Amino acid sequence: MSTTTAAEAELAIQARQAAQNSDGYWKGVFKRVRRDKVTMFCAFILLCMLLAIIFAPLIAPHEPFQGSMIRRLRPIGTPNYPLGTDELGRDILTRLLFGGRLSWFMGIVPVALAFVMGTFLGVLAGFAGGKTNMLIMRVTDVFYAFPSVLLAVAISGALGAGILNAILALTLVFVPPIIRVAESVTQGVRNLDFVDAARASGASAFTVVRVHVLGNVLGPIFIYATSLISVCMILASGLSFLGLGTRPPEAEWGLMLNTLRTAIYVQPWVAVLPGACIFVTSICFNLVSDGMRQAMDVKG
Amino acid sequence: MLFYLIRRLIYAVPIALAVGFVCFMLVQIAPGDPINAIVPPDAPQDVVDQVRRDYGLDKPLPVQFGIWLLKVVQGDLGRSLATGRPVWSDLQSAIGNTLTLAASASLLGFMLGCVLGGLAGTFRGSILDRAAVTIAVAGVSVPHYWLGMVLVVIFSVQLNMLPAMGAGPGGSADWAWDWEHMQHLVLPSITLAVIPMGIVTRTVRGIVAEIMNQEFVVALRGKGLTGWGVFLHVVKNAAPNVLAVLGLQLGYLMGGSILVETVFSWPGTGLLLNSAIFQRDLPVLQGTILVLSLFFVALNLLVDLVQTALDPRIKRA
Repeated sequence: MSTTTAAEAELAIQARQAAQNSDGYWKGVFKRVRRDKVTMFCAFILLCMLLAIIFAPLIAPHEPFQGSMIRRLRPIGTPNYPLGTDELGRDILTRLLFGGRLSWFMGIVPVALAFVMGTFLGVLAGFAGGKTNMLIMRVTDVFYAFPSVLLAVAISGALGAGILNAILALTLVFVPPIIRVAESVTQGVRNLDFVDAARASGASAFTVVRVHVLGNVLGPIFIYATSLISVCMILASGLSFLGLGTRPPEAEWGLMLNTLRTAIYVQPWVAVLPGACIFVTSICFNLVSDGMRQAMDVKG
Repeated sequence: MLFYLIRRLIYAVPIALAVGFVCFMLVQIAPGDPINAIVPPDAPQDVVDQVRRDYGLDKPLPVQFGIWLLKVVQGDLGRSLATGRPVWSDLQSAIGNTLTLAASASLLGFMLGCVLGGLAGTFRGSILDRAAVTIAVAGVSVPHYWLGMVLVVIFSVQLNMLPAMGAGPGGSADWAWDWEHMQHLVLPSITLAVIPMGIVTRTVRGIVAEIMNQEFVVALRGKGLTGWGVFLHVVKNAAPNVLAVLGLQLGYLMGGSILVETVFSWPGTGLLLNSAIFQRDLPVLQGTILVLSLFFVALNLLVDLVQTALDPRIKRA
């Protein structure tokens, strides 16, 4: 097998793929995702969870904050309290449903904020080059010098507990990695011929970025950002677990895990339920992100 | 190589300084006047002013940073607001314990990850490969503090086999390499090893699969080498990149063990940080984070240098 035939074969494959994709890039991606059973299954679980937490007030059997001293720490399977009760006698199922709202919020919002800020700064650095690039990338290097967990704990530890402070800290943790990815894909696109052609035909820098660069870099950056959601959810719950994120009596999975920790010798299996919710959500987000990455054929 | 070494060392200095600056700013962004943490709220104004002058809190910010930096370089990280002890003395024993935990966890995670990733990369597409990938995804998705609780439920509460808390019998904080202490290390190490195991499995799988696709492997096979001989060649090619991942993971574990240390009451830097957060003891928070991140910077540097020295293909000048 000589190299020429290999190259020809490669070209033929590309041509066939192009023909298959002729009805649009996103349609092709969607088709490939739909064929991926694991991804579809995880997406289905996530959808069910999302619906459950949105309609929590309708389906929850009890009030999330109403406790009772006489029915504290009931086991799983108690009549009326299918998943037991917590250390203040509140229904676990209800609190898991309501807690999912905050956990999802804290997992997605920092990544979304970081996606916007990181993309802006990364594309700016990659497209402008020179001193702008230098400035942005060197500041990014500094934040890379901290392990992510430590940085989140440091910032929210200094600012004090609270949802807003935790979101601020987590956003700051995720901006630098997104800047790096955005910068490197932008640099890759910037030197391609069609960007030169656009410039030569008189397009302003803003138009080139908006039309030609963003369209090509948003996909990979978005895929990277979705892979951060599971990390963010674990970190956010971890902050609450340390007493840094949400504060009692709020229902949030990490915080529930924290307050139920003392009950580990009384009702061990009730105490670990909120963590199982975090685990299932985070693994589903990871697998969906992986599936999308494969369907969109993003490398790295 | 020597030139690269010097250049890399010089490059690490501004990074270390910037890390110091971020740590210094931690206290500045904290809500409230830092003076309130030192003097009682009913102290007369002249005492407050006196203390403010003594601590240098009346000077402009850059000057304060300079004073602080000068002290840090001399090993003075200030005193704990809660206990009055120097931060550095508390940190010393805690760092040793965290290093013990992080090293054993990364060793465990690294070995498992290399075996799983190596097998998966060699036999791509097999059931073994799919199992390894599943384990790897589960490893990076699991909230490790929760896994710690589950392990405690199984092995301490239900089976009563292993201790659930502390680093030694009777809550001793001093580590020793004997059986009693080792038992305390088992559960926290397994818990902390899960993340590096997942990441190393993924990385090694990718690296091995890439190497197996290269032509020299086909040439080796054609030459008549058996599986073992090819394996040695693959290991030699994969080693520099894999070592780099290991080094970074050890650094992440040093900083990331705070949650696991909290679950197991392991007397390391994480527990120190945790109590500092609860008592709003900012000097301890600042000192611990500074030392841990400087350790991370140094480790990054070391990984870079070792990788360059090991792999002649990387030409850096």
